[in-house]
Amino acid sequence: MKYKQWEGFRPGEWCEEIDVRGFIQANYTPYEGDESFLEGPTDATKKLWAECMELSAQEDAKGGVLDAETSVVSSLTSHPAGYIDKDLEKIVGLQTDKPLKRALHVYGGIRMATEALEMYGYKIDPRVTEIFTKYRKTHNEGVFDVYTPEMRRARHAHILTGLPDTYGRGRIVGDYRRIALYGVDFLIARKEQDKAVLGGDMTESRIRLREEVADQIKALKQLKKMANIYGKDISAPAETAQEAIQALYFGYLGAVKDQNGAAMSIGRNSTFLDIYIQRDMERGILTEAEAQELIDQFVMKLRLVKFMRTCDYNELFSGDPTWVTESIGGMGTDGRPLVSKTSFRILHTLENLGSAPEPNLTVLWSSNLPRKFKLFCAKLSIKTSAIQYENDELMRPEMGDDYCIACCVSSMREGKDMQFFGARANLAKCLLYAINGGKDEMATEKDGSPMQVSPPFAPVLGDGKLDYNDVKAKYENMMDWLAGLYVNTLNLIHYMHDKYSYEALEMALHDTNVRRFFATGIAGLSCAVDSLSAIKYAEVYPIRNEWGVVTDFRTVGDFPKYGNNDDRVDEIAVWLVKTFMSKIRSHETYRGSIPTMSILTITSNVVYGKKTGNTPDGRRIYEPLAPGANPMHGRDSNGALASLESVAKIPYEYSRDGISNTFSITPDSLGKN
Amino acid sequence: MLGRIHSFESFGTVDGPGIRFVVFMQGCPMRCAYCHNPDTWCLTGGKLMESSKAAAEAMKYYRYIKNGGVTVTGGEPLLQRAFVAELFEELHAEGLHTALDTSGITFDYRDRYVIEEHNRVLENTDLVLLDIKHIDNDRHINLTGKPNDNILAFARYLDMIGKDVWIRHVLVPGLTDKDEYLHRLNDFISTLSNVKKVEVLPYHTMGEVKYEQMGMDYRLKGINPPTAARVENARRILGADGAHISGETGHSDGRGSAV
Repeated sequence: MKYKQWEGFRPGEWCEEIDVRGFIQANYTPYEGDESFLEGPTDATKKLWAECMELSAQEDAKGGVLDAETSVVSSLTSHPAGYIDKDLEKIVGLQTDKPLKRALHVYGGIRMATEALEMYGYKIDPRVTEIFTKYRKTHNEGVFDVYTPEMRRARHAHILTGLPDTYGRGRIVGDYRRIALYGVDFLIARKEQDKAVLGGDMTESRIRLREEVADQIKALKQLKKMANIYGKDISAPAETAQEAIQALYFGYLGAVKDQNGAAMSIGRNSTFLDIYIQRDMERGILTEAEAQELIDQFVMKLRLVKFMRTCDYNELFSGDPTWVTESIGGMGTDGRPLVSKTSFRILHTLENLGSAPEPNLTVLWSSNLPRKFKLFCAKLSIKTSAIQYENDELMRPEMGDDYCIACCVSSMREGKDMQFFGARANLAKCLLYAINGGKDEMATEKDGSPMQVSPPFAPVLGDGKLDYNDVKAKYENMMDWLAGLYVNTLNLIHYMHDKYSYEALEMALHDTNVRRFFATGIAGLSCAVDSLSAIKYAEVYPIRNEWGVVTDFRTVGDFPKYGNNDDRVDEIAVWLVKTFMSKIRSHETYRGSIPTMSILTITSNVVYGKKTGNTPDGRRIYEPLAPGANPMHGRDSNGALASLESVAKIPYEYSRDGISNTFSITPDSLGKN
Repeated sequence: MLGRIHSFESFGTVDGPGIRFVVFMQGCPMRCAYCHNPDTWCLTGGKLMESSKAAAEAMKYYRYIKNGGVTVTGGEPLLQRAFVAELFEELHAEGLHTALDTSGITFDYRDRYVIEEHNRVLENTDLVLLDIKHIDNDRHINLTGKPNDNILAFARYLDMIGKDVWIRHVLVPGLTDKDEYLHRLNDFISTLSNVKKVEVLPYHTMGEVKYEQMGMDYRLKGINPPTAARVENARRILGADGAHISGETGHSDGRGSAV
């Protein structure tokens, strides 16, 4: 073996090349048993968690923020070591020098950072403001320097919405396992090799990649320093389970010190870690209670991750989620389940520490998962409502068996794919633009006249019944415009994010030749679909305001509604998704990224609805859109399966970044004991 | 054959064994005070649909309901006997389990034509969910507007022909939960040999809002759902733990006759 730390592992290609999946496949042990082996929390865990809960209560009492950094800009090495209770902590490391003290992130934008602090009664150090306005440009400033007037209008009117132009884009998941398996020195050496072969013609893209790899190497060196601050050395591979978890967590901690992305997910780690735990147990140096303690304390640290956000941001996301998504289980491409004892252990933290939304424990579901694991998941779901499920059968054929979920539904192969998060385009509003020739139904110019957001398109004329074919043709034209504008807006945003807020550490934990996704999204699907259905199957008459803009509708008669497994309307949903995605694909995307689309607003649909006027389906102005691919609230009248079947018709090939359906059910309606 | 259908539920889990597609028929002759579907009472409402279309609708969910089945409820499904008979025949042809959720009010043991019509439905019925609203005739009339003689006769008839039955009883504080009535109901059930399960359904107030929406008086205003202790008491008296189930162990898995 190349490293003594690898003794006991089955060797393979993974010893020569960075290949975490190969390591897992060669060494993991599927577990088909039940949960009876699990242990409760240790006294140290209980005590630590009680201290965390106390801090959390203090945080609530202070209005949401316990403490905040106002002068030291966050970086991997910006703060001295911080602890909850040093002697009890098996896994160490905090974002700043104190638990729940929010770090100061300014590379995404100085204004957002300043506002967030002010909202909670803190004042940013004027020297920081000076540096980041006078000497150092931010991502936010870069974007607004190059936005076109049209982009600004679209953003103002919220037809494009939630764009990552004032904050970190997030959604990038470093392969933090690499640090544990290979040690940082090996990773640096590989990056040096990669850089060495990036010779030849120094084109703009080549120069940029050389610079990025150089930054990645620096970030890895910084990561070693960060570990040193805590008295740890992660230059070599981890030798024990504790070292492995610690190294992996340091990688993630480095990422959240460097970036305050909207979603900072952690990957697919439990079965990887299980290999180390099992080896320690076989060596007789770790008991089950100690193994659980390591996992509990690891999860505890993930629960403490917080960012300084503005109130608007929290409103958009109904809280301040960090989306520390950990992907669990799934099936291997060889047919073996990727469920290990540590898949159980990490879910068991919901019992040992109590239920919590973070980390976002996500089970990659397949009907072929071991039955006892499925029963355990079901039991915990009933008990805690805290587990997210995703369809492994749908994602595995495309992504293989070492993908992970970023945020809530976005899949990427770990360490091999990254993405440019693209927020979303509001297709319900786009339909209103089609009717009004691109005039916004709510946003106005200074003189009170309606804002012409797109170039003037032919609007629907007259007050007669809306003609389906006419509206549909106009909608297609408007989507052409919107898709083009949307792609260009994102191109520019991500150019600037790469330039001014590059995720050097996270990208250091990816292959240098990474596959990039261009992750667009849509909002308002069911509202747009029901509106088209109303125009097609009922009679919809426009009602105009004093400017001649259609701001309301009179709908006579009934129409089929999405969410009832009725092909007449579900086909419209399929058409809409395919059409918009095809239009997105027709544009050139930044850095040759592969366009994808998601339908996944989970809470922001409420805010988007506030910016969308009356729609032909009968939804009133300001009322929420439905979340993700959900039917409009209360319109699915044939029960759960009919509703889910409608959603299931949406073609995944046209919505690769994920389709979400928010579904709640009372236990009593799931049958009787 | 056309039928008047109120609505469908694609994921029924409380009306019969397993996951079931539930067909709500429109129209009911009873006026139960606690009814949570008053919108199914009117005989002329709902939408007209061919039985084959309703069967096709259920078949969309075949992979979910193949181990459960289809339940026809209402309203009172036996008001539309010919339709249900045809629908069940079609569903049986597809290999689906059929359950009929009825009050039994349409039965008339003195009228052989009526019996014959019921038989045509029962021919393709695997399980009858028989709601006995009240064992005491006067109180039954007070609660539902109708006497219970035909209902009890239907229960005996189902026993005579050996049809599997689940007895269901809605527990309403002050109206149906007195021990005396529960014991009398239990005495009646004990005379039957075809009862596979007894279900006590605690009264709930979720239907109340529909009455408001429809501008109707809600007779049970102010009555709360029964306490867990009262529900448990009723379950014990009625042998809902399996005391009536002959030839089986106490805990039936609730399956009706085999598909």
